Amino acid sequence: MTAASVDTNRRERVTGTSFTRGLGAVTLVGIAWLVLFGLVVTPADVNQGESVRIMYAHVPGAWLAYLAFVVTAISSAMYLFRRTRSLVWDRIAGASAEIGVLFMGISLVTGSLWGRLTWGTFWTWDARLTTTAFLFITYVGYLAVRNLGGTHHQRARRSAVLALLAVLEIPLVHFSVELWNSLHQEASVVGNTDVTMDGLMLFTLFLGVIVFTLMYVWMLMHRQRSLTLQDMVDDIGLDVALAARRAEAGSS
Amino acid sequence: MKDVGFIVASYVITFGSIGVFVSLIVSRARRVSRQIPPEDRPWT
Repeated sequence: MTAASVDTNRRERVTGTSFTRGLGAVTLVGIAWLVLFGLVVTPADVNQGESVRIMYAHVPGAWLAYLAFVVTAISSAMYLFRRTRSLVWDRIAGASAEIGVLFMGISLVTGSLWGRLTWGTFWTWDARLTTTAFLFITYVGYLAVRNLGGTHHQRARRSAVLALLAVLEIPLVHFSVELWNSLHQEASVVGNTDVTMDGLMLFTLFLGVIVFTLMYVWMLMHRQRSLTLQDMVDDIGLDVALAARRAEAGSS
Repeated sequence: MKDVGFIVASYVITFGSIGVFVSLIVSRARRVSRQIPPEDRPWT
């Protein structure tokens, strides 16, 4: 085996395993299927027309952001709980929050495009839109707090507390359409006992949710492992710096 | 179909940003992994 082939082999196995490779392949097939169904196969909506196709990216994006932020909160609670305290939980929380911010951003942008077609405006200070934007900004702040410095456990403690506070915004966002007068429609499927959506449209929506969830699992595994590597590199750097400082103190 | 630009843009933004994010995850991991031997990675 040549040095080049060893290097290639190592690069391929950085954060991947046979499971993540299989999951990635299934997810790619799912994405192709979703795009085909979302853009071509499903019919136009009676009221929304062709703009309903944006929903197959917008709704799963919002679902994924909620899921990611709830996982961040659960992982943070696991870190704070003395019996289960481990930096693995902190890294899962951080990785999940990053993915949640990405999907919340996607949901905001696609919702804005849909709003332009349906409401005639990209943005309005509606209860759902405003609370969603606030949730997005909160988690951007959470990611900033994670990068403030200090030891790994200091980072984990302060961000865990913030995550447990931030997750309280999710019910506010979800029920904002019921609590206040809102342009945004109420839930069409979840919590609705009288779903009137066309079967193919409903199938595509669920397909989107499943594909996005698979994507989330893949991203979470890779990002959490990447953060583990980063923490290991930080620890090595700290050990080297301490050894150099001790050597310096010993020689003087 | 006058809405086609908005619809295609929403899919391009969705999967384009996911693609960028994934490539960032992978490139960051590759960068830091050069300093960690494979046997120290718990998942390998």
